[in-house]
Amino acid sequence: MSKGQEGVLPQGKEQENLLVMLERAQSEFGYVPEEFIVEAAHSLNVSISEVYGVATFYSFLSTKPLGKNVIRICKSLPCYLKNSQMIIKSVEDEIGIKPGETTPDGKFSFELTNCIGACDEAPAMLINNDVHVNLTPGKISQILKSYK
Amino acid sequence: MSEKRIVLKNCEVIDPRHITTYLTRDGFRALEKAQKEMTPEEIIEEVKASGLRGRGGAGFPCGLKWELARNAPGDEKYVICNADEGEVGTFKDRYILQNDPFTLIEGIAIAAHAIGAKQGYIYLRAEYHHLLDSLVNAIDQAKERGFLQHVDIDIREGAGAYVCGEESALMDSIEGKRGEVRYRPPFPPTKGLWGKPTIINNVETLMNIPQIILNGASWFNQIGTERSKGTKVFSVSGDVKRPGVYELVLGTRLKELVEELALAEKVKMVQVGGATGRLVPYDMIDTALSFETILGAGAITVFDQSRDVIDIVYRTMEFLAEESCGKCAPCREGTEAMVEILGRFFRSEGMEKDIRVLEELSSAMMLSSLCGLGQAAPIPVTDSLQYFRNDYENRIK
Ligand SMILES: Cc1cc2nc3c(=O)[nH]c(=O)nc-3n(C[C@H](O)[C@H](O)[C@H](O)COP(=O)(O)O)c2cc1C
Ligand code: FES
Repeated sequence: MSKGQEGVLPQGKEQENLLVMLERAQSEFGYVPEEFIVEAAHSLNVSISEVYGVATFYSFLSTKPLGKNVIRICKSLPCYLKNSQMIIKSVEDEIGIKPGETTPDGKFSFELTNCIGACDEAPAMLINNDVHVNLTPGKISQILKSYK
Repeated sequence: MSEKRIVLKNCEVIDPRHITTYLTRDGFRALEKAQKEMTPEEIIEEVKASGLRGRGGAGFPCGLKWELARNAPGDEKYVICNADEGEVGTFKDRYILQNDPFTLIEGIAIAAHAIGAKQGYIYLRAEYHHLLDSLVNAIDQAKERGFLQHVDIDIREGAGAYVCGEESALMDSIEGKRGEVRYRPPFPPTKGLWGKPTIINNVETLMNIPQIILNGASWFNQIGTERSKGTKVFSVSGDVKRPGVYELVLGTRLKELVEELALAEKVKMVQVGGATGRLVPYDMIDTALSFETILGAGAITVFDQSRDVIDIVYRTMEFLAEESCGKCAPCREGTEAMVEILGRFFRSEGMEKDIRVLEELSSAMMLSSLCGLGQAAPIPVTDSLQYFRNDYENRIK
């Protein structure tokens, strides 16, 4: 955000853009770099610890570099009932890492997440912003191949 | 009682990409009526008389909320549509946003007109980023046609936090902060977003508004039960042959939804209302679905006889512990302690005193937690202890 825009923000609302800025950084760099946090704090006139606090609160923001593609498998009950465990296992086998890890080539990060609102087509997962549903272990390899 | 389409009237009928398909089905006629033929006070009276209650889980009377915001001093006011849909097992708002963004926009526009807000927000959960373009497109089309001259509607995206569906945490999030629950009072209608009068309504609540305005409160309040008017959209998943979204007249029996519509067999238990919802054992499947009985945001998760109740409760509590915002100790520490104890039962290593500790923790959390998350977190534990106590007792080592 430019200084010009900052000036027109109504009083007390400077921080409004913080989460939006962090979300942009996340999608642009794949994480929220430290320098970005410092800069955001300066430009919005809030403390660095406040910005850091926001950046670490939300599970879709990361202060550490993530892989180019982020896989999030739903671990909530409705998906669990439809064997999400097996999907987790096939992703582990396919890319050789466990939830919470990133592949050495930086291509994939792998996380578990809570209900993504696709329980009618469970088991489900997100890769970046794409929803994949009605998963079976057999489909995993094909789906992952489509992410470069 | 059974299926009836009010909220889902246009879903899979109109083309969500083209406003013209909505306009041929009375689209934006309710807004026109509200602006040309009614005063804001009359709109609020109509919504109050309809008996419409919030569909996001708490069931607060919608018109009353609007009236409080309307009467609150100041001319900077806000309308927020809660599209965070974080309740485990819920996907009806996703279905609505996907299939009929226009009715929602019309509902928000009417709400803004009624309370005197010039700015509206749709708070969309990060997991629904895939719906963003279609929503933006719908807002743009409504704007182009001149329907949004009195209000700007912007979308704010969440970033992955269940607690941000809670209204005060949600407002923090829009303000660019960590989503932490606020101490109340004051309530949003008097002091909400940036301290200004604000109404927050669930997607489904706002979907009812255009039809209430067009057809009148007396049409709407003949549907449903004494204290639950209209319909409810349910999200059915789990051990059923036909998972999906069903809109039923309030007061319909759980049995009809689960067995006749979703085709469940050999049901052991149904969780109604997601992680903090009620557990209904099969012998109570005749229970009516309404605010007077059980409802929540309408998540219906069905478990058949092959399922282990303790496993279900344990996993539910793990979720709640993870999603507790941590601001108040009863919720933060209570959910952690429960995970530990339930883990013992899950491994058949329960201790004699554990059941009593679970019960004591439950009442402490219900009484002293700051928000609905901590207050309702013990429900799966207390319900399972009531209906499936043997499952616990058999796992004491
Ligand atoms: C932990 C927690 C999570 C919530 N999540 C949601 C949600 O995802 N969507 C929603 O509409 N309401 C949610 N609510 C309820 C909101 O606080 C609020 O009551 C609701 O948005 C009001 O709208 P309504 O009156 O139209 O239902 C949640 C409440 C709590 C305590
Ligand atoms: S439980 Fe997995 S999408 Fe809802």
